[in-house]
Amino acid sequence: MTDAAGKPAIISMRGLRKSYGVGTPVETEVLHGIDADLAEGEFCALIGPSGSGKSTLLNLIGLLEPPTAGELSVAGQSTTGLNEQALTVLRGRHIGFVFQFHHLLPAFTALENVMMPAIIAHGVATAEDEAVAHDLLARVGLSSHEYKKAGQLSGGQQQRVAIARALSLSPRLILADEPTGNLDTHTADDIFALLREFNRERGSACLIVTHDPRLAARCDRRIELVDGRLAASTSVAEPA
Amino acid sequence: MARPRLPFEFLVALRFLREGRMQTALILLGVTGGVAVIVFLSQLIAQLQSTIIDRVLGSQAHVVVRPLEEVNLRARSDPASTAVIEPRAQRLRSIDQWEAIVKLAEDQPGVVAVSPVVSGPAFALRGRASKSVALLGVEPDRYRRIVKMDTYMVRGKFQVEGTNAIIGTELAKDLGVTVGDKVFLRAAGGRDELLQVTGLFDIGNKDLNRRWVFTTMKLAQSLLDLPGGVSNIDITVTDIFDASEVAARLQAGSGMTVDSWMTTNSQLLAALRNQSVSNNLIRSFVIIIVALGISSVLVVSVVQKQKEIGILRAMGTSSNRIMGVFLLQGALVGFVGALSGVGLAWALLQIFSTIYRTGDGAPIFEPQLDTGIALSAAGIALAVGVLAALIPARRAAKMDPVQAIRA
Ligand SMILES: Nc1ncnc2c1ncn2[C@@H]1O[C@H](COP(=O)(O)OP(=O)(O)O)[C@@H](O)[C@H]1O
Ligand SMILES: [Mg+2]
Repeated sequence: MTDAAGKPAIISMRGLRKSYGVGTPVETEVLHGIDADLAEGEFCALIGPSGSGKSTLLNLIGLLEPPTAGELSVAGQSTTGLNEQALTVLRGRHIGFVFQFHHLLPAFTALENVMMPAIIAHGVATAEDEAVAHDLLARVGLSSHEYKKAGQLSGGQQQRVAIARALSLSPRLILADEPTGNLDTHTADDIFALLREFNRERGSACLIVTHDPRLAARCDRRIELVDGRLAASTSVAEPA
Repeated sequence: MARPRLPFEFLVALRFLREGRMQTALILLGVTGGVAVIVFLSQLIAQLQSTIIDRVLGSQAHVVVRPLEEVNLRARSDPASTAVIEPRAQRLRSIDQWEAIVKLAEDQPGVVAVSPVVSGPAFALRGRASKSVALLGVEPDRYRRIVKMDTYMVRGKFQVEGTNAIIGTELAKDLGVTVGDKVFLRAAGGRDELLQVTGLFDIGNKDLNRRWVFTTMKLAQSLLDLPGGVSNIDITVTDIFDASEVAARLQAGSGMTVDSWMTTNSQLLAALRNQSVSNNLIRSFVIIIVALGISSVLVVSVVQKQKEIGILRAMGTSSNRIMGVFLLQGALVGFVGALSGVGLAWALLQIFSTIYRTGDGAPIFEPQLDTGIALSAAGIALAVGVLAALIPARRAAKMDPVQAIRA
């Protein structure tokens, strides 16, 4: 559990707060000051009851929306005061997403979906991008489904494409929001195993939101949220 | 190799359009129809207008210099009222210093040809027939650049010397003469001459075919008692719609009366302008409707693609590039619609030019598409596509990716 000890933090959160409806009568604070770190290559579960703010925290870390207060650093870079363009670059370069509802682009084939982060980053797909995509789809066992449109795949297959896509630019951080949430136990185990495999192999840190205690137990560490706060059991950083 | 070769924005824009099959098909149809209407209508009106103007200017100089009209200014006893201008019966007069004015006209920018003309009334006699005619003494090499006489000649060449005369086909019929026959010409002042007919013309206007008689300037001068003088100077200009400006400049420079075809045909011009105005009105409406169509389809598409936009944003696409994707969709719809619209207009022209013909079987309008009109309509469609996409594209760019992903 301590194999990643001493490594620099890929994410660092200090006093992170998030409110919705700021300036309106329905203003509500969802996250009430989060202090936590995630080390490079760490494989960490984010757990907590529904509505505790797990997705919100993941979206903040993923730079999809800004915190209301507090300090967030990604890959050693403070994100405070960065404009949308800079945030987009940081996100594209370092972060891969896997969502609960797989969220593939339905108009594109499995292969094109996996290449998409590279197409976005490079402007146009290169031969190397394609080779990487073929490779990743082979790794998730979908070589024979490369040219199928996303909608023609089963839920488990779509989630595997989504994982391959999240890995396409070998990001240092993978954020997965209930990646196995609507899959059967067997398929969920497969998907989880895949994430674990890539984590070990490539050293991509993973932060995985899950409701499944079995899966959470198989992570290096668990961060628990309760009503927008870290649960008492959670340590700020990886245990040394 | 199966990797998409297109740059990101093109790839996504095309895929989004392809995915919205029915919507895309309908809006393409709309743009096609709009462009076709604009091209077809503009072409039709441009052709009809140029045909009408060609007809009018086929036998008329663009600009004509005449001697100052003599008028009597009779002051009223009441000093408050303005002077009454009474025209006086006009006598044949020569333009003072006409050689200098010819030179002046030739030096004007936009002037193509200048031809002094000696003209006046006369009678053509043969046997018992007597016809009232207009005698025109010209230098053929100059005058053929004012009125394209060479193209109107039915027999003989547009050349005169000595006592040669060129007359219209109607006059020839009325007098019962043809090339080689003689005609007796008596001017209003009583001078006369026996002329030899060396050519027949058909200007396409019966009245002129009956009245015009061309001779040398010298002969006309002596018959009309205008020794060394000319009664008017005809001018051809490069751009027929510059005629009134050229006329104004010449009038200021020469002090003579200078009229352009635009003033002598002001009613026709007004009618043509009204036609252009209504054409522009129709064009504007079509453009607005097409723009609204593109806009509304893209607005719907932005809402439908909310999730995809969120995914693309999460994968590192900036909001500006999302905006680019939707602007490009507008441009693509405009561009493709313009191409098919121009194609449709061309097809319509082919059909209409075979269906609608004049009495003698000639097509009323040319089946060729004017490249200027086609290009400008295509350019407008492209611009309208981009502009119409502006609002949807900005909406797409502003869309909150989190909202899209959570939904
Ligand atoms: N855009 C929003 N506006 C207002 N409240 C929101 C918004 N997004 C989430 N919330 C609220 O924030 C809380 C945490 O939500 P979420 O992060 O989705 O929880 P979890 O993922 O742990 O189930 C919930 O009470 C939810 O209703
Ligand atoms: Mg959630």
